[in-house]
Amino acid sequence: MDKFVKMTAIVAPMDRANVDTDAIIPKQFLKSIKRTGFGPNLFDEWRYEDVGQPDADNSKRPLRKDFVLNQPRYQGAKILLARENFGCGSSREHAPWALKDYGFDVIIAPSFADIFFNNSFKNGILPIILDEKVVDELFNETFANEGYQLTIDLAEQKIIKPNGDAIEFDVDSFRKHCLLNGLDDIGLTLQHSEEIKAYEENRKATKPWLYAN
Amino acid sequence: MSGKTLYDKLWDDHVVRQEEDGTALIYIDRQLLHEVTSPQAFEGLRLAHRKPWRVEANLATCDHNVPTTELKGGVDTIEDPVSRIQVQTLGMNTKEFGITEFGMGDPRQGIVHVVGPEEGMTLPGTTLVCGDSHTATHGALGALAHGIGTSEVEHVLATQCLIQKKMKNMLVKVDGQLKPGVTPKDVILAIIGKIGTAGGTGYAMEFGGQVFRDMSIEGRMTVCNMAIEGGARVGLVGVDEKTIEYVKGRPYAPKGELWDQAVEAWKELRSDDDAVFDKVIEIDGSEIQPQVSWGTSPEMVLDVDGIIPDPDQESDPVKATSIRNALKYMGLEAGTAIKDIPVEYVFIGSCTNSRIEDLRAAANVLKGKKISDKVELAIAVPGSGLVKQQAEAEGLDKIFVEAGFEWRNPGCSMCLAMNADRLPSGKHCASTSNRNFEGRQGAGGRTHLVSPEMAAAAAVAGHFVDVRDYL
Repeated sequence: MDKFVKMTAIVAPMDRANVDTDAIIPKQFLKSIKRTGFGPNLFDEWRYEDVGQPDADNSKRPLRKDFVLNQPRYQGAKILLARENFGCGSSREHAPWALKDYGFDVIIAPSFADIFFNNSFKNGILPIILDEKVVDELFNETFANEGYQLTIDLAEQKIIKPNGDAIEFDVDSFRKHCLLNGLDDIGLTLQHSEEIKAYEENRKATKPWLYAN
Repeated sequence: MSGKTLYDKLWDDHVVRQEEDGTALIYIDRQLLHEVTSPQAFEGLRLAHRKPWRVEANLATCDHNVPTTELKGGVDTIEDPVSRIQVQTLGMNTKEFGITEFGMGDPRQGIVHVVGPEEGMTLPGTTLVCGDSHTATHGALGALAHGIGTSEVEHVLATQCLIQKKMKNMLVKVDGQLKPGVTPKDVILAIIGKIGTAGGTGYAMEFGGQVFRDMSIEGRMTVCNMAIEGGARVGLVGVDEKTIEYVKGRPYAPKGELWDQAVEAWKELRSDDDAVFDKVIEIDGSEIQPQVSWGTSPEMVLDVDGIIPDPDQESDPVKATSIRNALKYMGLEAGTAIKDIPVEYVFIGSCTNSRIEDLRAAANVLKGKKISDKVELAIAVPGSGLVKQQAEAEGLDKIFVEAGFEWRNPGCSMCLAMNADRLPSGKHCASTSNRNFEGRQGAGGRTHLVSPEMAAAAAVAGHFVDVRDYL
């Protein structure tokens, strides 16, 4: 996984609550057996006029011009601004894969669904939870200023606005460490192999019925 | 010191290592695998030259992509090439890594959340995960079960553990007695209607009270299944005699002396009387009515006598926008009665409502009746090959077919339409599934979540009706 570095980028506003992972990446694209290539189908049903198919040439499909990501002013956005309960529904990791593949590295919302929140970190995406009022302000500023950009400094846990104002945010220290260093969870866990083995031996002795098959 | 909740007990029993910041390494007893969320996990293992930590902890079956119509040539004759590759890939991966798979044609094949409990793979007191958010289902047996992403599927395969932080405890207490015709599906829909789709976010949601004590294990599975639709990754019901009776004799359940030891340990698997929950919701079970969802989020649900809300009356602007978006997508107008919504498709199935009790309940409504000529397609999709066999042994298939339903083979089917079973754009479907999101059952399709009984009654009437008038 790439290291998460301090970045400044355009913000795209996704102004609806309870955006579910079916909307982020519809089911017909889950049939891929790879982790990459989902970007062109991110928000497929909102983004295109027609119904997308896994093998279609997306560059030739008619776009819904009013959809946020199709508007010229939001091209190149790497920060997605969202409403409450973003990423609810299905556990599909294809949702963060699609967001990442499209180019989003940061998602800011008042709240996230648990599974999506967790999946994001595993794919180098930083989900940031901010107070609803602060998110509201960011929406207003994004709408009001074409080319609105934010700087995300994970090491300092700060979002810096164009006028220099900083918004602090919380992040789990372990997740922060993994993102900043691009660390793979499995490698970290396997450093504790001996503890896992010891736990398992104890479990076999005290709950043998779990190991009968 | 106050007592422990069931979730506290399950968590404490599985901590391998605790970090100071609250992160813990949690041991996972069982993992269920299916074709959609596992290919990239197996690929990750291969690329890193890793092997599964404990092969026997895993069980795989294919469900999301499998056709529900007769397929004589097996996997290799699935028409959709991408579906076929995914099902074939699961077969190749499980073979390569030595994991048991119930493949197409095996009578034990079916929806992963029906198969796990049916086979006794799901045991009280275990941690169980699967790359599917409806893994909450298995909490009905007193297991700590939740959905995970594909990176975590790979993590569990490689290490038998997950890195987690403890959730908070929530109790949903439903006392009293359900009225006749009111089902577990109505109970969970009513709960979600009350707490909202994010009401349980960050919590393990335990279901307690008289209604759940009285409920069958399969009913409890329906309830726990949809905990995630209330935002909670985990649904739980404490172990009682019914739990133990349900597990007894299942293929992967312990036998003989090990069984006796297990039962002794399982009796502890309930929240202590003095356990403290971070959040408690109380509902009077006797007031719950049959439910029908009208919008594009499971919280947009009403009693069958309800009237669709008016966004102009909603003071919260974000909610008002959600209602407007939902009405537009659903092709409905504020002020319409639920009973005036036409039903053109009917889907009885999914990991929420495809078990034998669900099929019996629907058949009981359909017996001796015909579906309305306004209904273009009605399908009944059993949750597993074994459920299908049992239903056929009881003659339920004949009742469905005589009423005008198609009787299908097991799979996830029209719940998420990854196979060929799709709800066409603009059509309203009475569905026993769990999600009414935009496009969930097919692009442009309009889903209404209901119980199997309500779906059957809607099929007969051609619009939503109160099933109690049909019993």
